[in-house]
Amino acid sequence: MTTLEQVFRDQWGRVLAALIGFLGDFDLAEEATQEAFAIAAERWPRDGAPANPGAWLVTTARNRAINRIRRDRTLAAKTHLLQVPQAAEDTMDATRVPDERLELIFTCCHPALALDAQVALTLRTLGGLSTGEIARAFLVPEPTMAQRLVRAKRKIKTAGIPFRVPPEHLLPDRLDGVLAVVYLIFNQGYSGRGDLAAEALWLGRALAELLPDEPEVHGLLALMLLLDARRQARFRGGELVLLADQDRSLLDTAEIAQGREALDRALALLGRGPYVVQAAIASLHADQPRDWPQIAALYDELSRLTGSPVVELNRAIAVAEAQGPQAGLEIVDRLPLENYHYLHATRGELLRRLGRTLEAREAYRRALTLVHDHAERRLLQRRLAELDSAAGPGTRPR
Amino acid sequence: MQYVLLIYHGTSLTIPRPEDEQKRIYAEWAEVNKTPGFTGGLPLGLPENATTVRVQDGKTLTTDGPFVEIKEAIGGYAVLEADDLDAAIELAARIPPARLGGAIEIRPSETYW
Repeated sequence: MTTLEQVFRDQWGRVLAALIGFLGDFDLAEEATQEAFAIAAERWPRDGAPANPGAWLVTTARNRAINRIRRDRTLAAKTHLLQVPQAAEDTMDATRVPDERLELIFTCCHPALALDAQVALTLRTLGGLSTGEIARAFLVPEPTMAQRLVRAKRKIKTAGIPFRVPPEHLLPDRLDGVLAVVYLIFNQGYSGRGDLAAEALWLGRALAELLPDEPEVHGLLALMLLLDARRQARFRGGELVLLADQDRSLLDTAEIAQGREALDRALALLGRGPYVVQAAIASLHADQPRDWPQIAALYDELSRLTGSPVVELNRAIAVAEAQGPQAGLEIVDRLPLENYHYLHATRGELLRRLGRTLEAREAYRRALTLVHDHAERRLLQRRLAELDSAAGPGTRPR
Repeated sequence: MQYVLLIYHGTSLTIPRPEDEQKRIYAEWAEVNKTPGFTGGLPLGLPENATTVRVQDGKTLTTDGPFVEIKEAIGGYAVLEADDLDAAIELAARIPPARLGGAIEIRPSETYW
């Protein structure tokens, strides 16, 4: 990325948020912001960048918007700007540019919007991704994504979704929604789209800076960093590598350190929420040898927090490591996850360790019928092939 | 902003409740009715007494019952003047059917002409 691109990347969400706060209109704000960035792209390389690029961009975008409103009085009637303020001709100083990115992210992640719209809108407005980029990341046609964004922006306006940080009594709920959107973006990136993972990390860092007292915000950032640190180790020649087989020299140690720093901050704030606990688990996974009893205990805590059978499945894996495959299998066999391929893949692995090869093979085959991801499918096929070659045809049924 | 609240009773009208529970529901309604900006609509009779009218090719077709399934039929409405959607959501959550198996649909009022 060039310096100019970097500045644009860092400033887009902030400038757009300031403009939405000022104009009360997403579309008008987006147009004005785009115009200001276009002017900067033309002028800065020639005349040099201003001392405070953010303030320059906000001022320029505001002036553009005001000129536009003056030109078009009917447009003015549509925005909540009844009295157009005088355009500030001189550049504002940095302290006067309000940072309204939090207002923006809480608006984009409002529960009255569909989840896919929340995700798209967050990436578009705060991340500055183009509609085409978002469409490609989520494998939908560009016009579909454009329509999704238009509809979401229209609903914000007509349904009266407020542009604000929610008051205290709504904050915990709404923050959960925001964190879920960021984590969803991360996971979309983690399953192959590396660029989106970077986007989620960037959003996570911005949130940690904007809400420094919220432990779950640091917990989510820590979790994402600790998972991302394993990115290089997760794939070998395009093939998915299981945690136990990952090459530890490929771990990003700097990122692990950053993740643990964020985790420490969350723990210092007495955080014990689901993201903090997951980050603590991810942190333990980065140690060698792994403390399986401790990991199992944290999964137990997470299971109580979330009530999720998927978490129980992960606990079963940790219990299998700590106490042996039989103990793990007993948990797995209680779970209502009949159509979840990880359940059958885990059963297959535990049965293999118990020497129950025929049942293991059956479990892997069941997993294969349920899996959609190509890398996951090849991994399962390899496990099944290993099982066949190790066991041979004469393995007796139990 | 002006919102129209559509109230779906779900099972809240059909399941008999102990008297004290019923009293509590009425008290909750009374609180809702006192909320500034809230204007309750006329009470609607039961959907099984509804008559639905359509006009096709100039001919009036009359059928028994509501337009949608009985259990999906609307049970009431109200008008709410509120600052924003969050305020409307908070009020809607206090309307008894919302916690009794029904739901409140919040629709921004719109000027079409």
